[in-house]
Amino acid sequence: MYQYNDNDQTLINERVTQFRGQTERYLKGEIGEDEFRALRLMNGIYIQTHAPMLRIAGPYGLLSSPQLRKLASIARDYDKGYAHITTRQNIQFNWPKLEQIPDILEELASVQMHAIQTSGNCLRNTTADHLAGVCTDELEDPRPYCEIIRQWTILHPEFAYLPRKFKIAVSSSKQDRAATQLHDIGVHLVKNDAGEIGFRILVGGGLGRTPIIGTEIRPFLEKKHILSYLEAILRVYNLNGRRDNKYRARIKILVREEGIDKIRDLVEAEWLRIKDGMEVPAETFENMIAQFAAPTYDESAANDTSFAEKLADDVAFSKWVKHNTAEHRVAGYKAVFVSLKAPDCPPGDITDSQLDAVADLADEYSFGEVRSTHRQNLVLADIQEAKLYELWQKLDALKLATPNIGTVTDIICCPGLDFCSLANAGSIDVTREINNTLDDMDYIHDLGDIKVNFSGCMNGCAHQSVGHIGILGVDKKGVEWYQLTLGGSSENEAAIGQRLGRAIAKNEVPKAITDILEVYVAQRDSEEETFLATVNRVGISPFKEKVYANH
Amino acid sequence: MQIIKDKQLVESNWTYVADGDALNEGDITVSLARWNEEKSALQAHQGKVGVRLESDADVNVLAEDVDSLTLVELNFPAFTDGRGFSHARLLRDELNYQGEIRAIGSYMPDQAFYLSRVGVNAFAMKNADELAVALSTLDDFSVKYQASTL
Repeated sequence: MYQYNDNDQTLINERVTQFRGQTERYLKGEIGEDEFRALRLMNGIYIQTHAPMLRIAGPYGLLSSPQLRKLASIARDYDKGYAHITTRQNIQFNWPKLEQIPDILEELASVQMHAIQTSGNCLRNTTADHLAGVCTDELEDPRPYCEIIRQWTILHPEFAYLPRKFKIAVSSSKQDRAATQLHDIGVHLVKNDAGEIGFRILVGGGLGRTPIIGTEIRPFLEKKHILSYLEAILRVYNLNGRRDNKYRARIKILVREEGIDKIRDLVEAEWLRIKDGMEVPAETFENMIAQFAAPTYDESAANDTSFAEKLADDVAFSKWVKHNTAEHRVAGYKAVFVSLKAPDCPPGDITDSQLDAVADLADEYSFGEVRSTHRQNLVLADIQEAKLYELWQKLDALKLATPNIGTVTDIICCPGLDFCSLANAGSIDVTREINNTLDDMDYIHDLGDIKVNFSGCMNGCAHQSVGHIGILGVDKKGVEWYQLTLGGSSENEAAIGQRLGRAIAKNEVPKAITDILEVYVAQRDSEEETFLATVNRVGISPFKEKVYANH
Repeated sequence: MQIIKDKQLVESNWTYVADGDALNEGDITVSLARWNEEKSALQAHQGKVGVRLESDADVNVLAEDVDSLTLVELNFPAFTDGRGFSHARLLRDELNYQGEIRAIGSYMPDQAFYLSRVGVNAFAMKNADELAVALSTLDDFSVKYQASTL
């Protein structure tokens, strides 16, 4: 993975010094609330219901074992012993003290981590496929390009006070696992007719109150022009995006109101003006690709026969392998999902001791690297099949081997009313109730691939509008209600879910979910037809009839 | 009035002449609208002349005029309005404007560093304390990623 050079390290050290000074001036009353709010947000600090929340950047989800151990020690020393993985591959702490945050940032800087631009109306963390570099359907490893984009975004002086936040995601695989169509800019590595690899650029996707799927602005861009093209889009947005209404301020609204053709004309004109002065040299790409060179795989890994034997002998192990591992491009290896969705744990939470243990497992089995995923789990990407059985046993002992990746209990969930000052309704408690209702793992496995996304308010941090089943918490006169949607997707066939009907009461949510699942089982034309395919084929009516039958 | 210019505290004697008011002597700035309407009269003015740009301005209209101007003021209506940052970039990179760009209005001294990196070289602030903070922040970072900015 990318290793900081002296300049990178100096930059984040100087950022810590800068923020320490700003915090001291704020605590002395020398910076106003509104001004400090903007400054702290650009260092990842929200003021939440109970305490500040600190969001740390996980660049395209890639973390080293020393970084995990540092997160564990921060969880122990400054927080309540756990951390939370977000949908944008970042890491959150919910209980730090504001006056200690400069110290936390200094600790993070010691392991090449920071919280720069993880919030605020600026360029956010660049995200990518959590299986980058190891999956079987990839054109090229996208992470070198992510890192080049990340460096361009960090402390970009012109784009720190945008109309609204701005998110970029990169994908290089046939199956889009990075939700690129739902980002302000989606970057796809593609091959043109001449066989050259470049970028297809989407613009204007986004979730939140007005979910919109991104539109293609350029079908093919030469690699060397990536930064000039991004800069042109950002300049057009910075100058033209709406600033009169924060709910109309994202680039998706600009694209919708002005039309993609007009935005493209503005972007291309600006790009033609600046592109020659901003070419990324071939040498930069070569050096960056070298930073992400594949680890030294064991060439004899494919000769292993013990894995097949264990699969045949141990049903629990084979179920875990089926659900919690992914194919690897190197024979004899698999990528392993570390499930942070144990039934009795808040989705995406991981304790300090689990973080330490995963760091040890990464060192022992996976070249010292871990990835965080868009669906709030972790990945150990390079596991020899011969080692899977012992790894599974160790993960199981840590409660990190619930075999539910991609199933109905692999729920994306925001912190909800328990932590977030924006939330209208609880999400973690209802998720626990849903999990309690769905306690039959065989049934869960039979249901197959179902993505449930659950947000506690309209801001949609858990991407409910693109969940196969979306759950949205709403407040009605001080009471928590829940709006359900069906048929959303953030993958290749991106779609915004349709509203099932009126919002339902909190205690009705688990029953509504089981009703929806029963309708699916009754309606699917075969066991191969996925939930999403069934919803798309039969429509929402049968689900609606069942859920609202008794009302 | 004291301002920061090229990392030094200096005295500024420029005055802004509101639309409709008679031009006064000495170095003056006027609105973009007034500049466009009274360009020839302003170019004959005894003192130096500058333009004050509001955040919704189109800086490209100054393309023919940059050599006549010695000061462009970027007037920030609120520190959250980042359009002035792009205006500064366009003035420097697209119009090749060489004169002074001064940030004025409602912005934070903590923004001075980023402003300096997009081409702003002068800062007017609310008071001496803010000037001191702005001056100190100009050296916040010794390294940068973006090859395209200052």
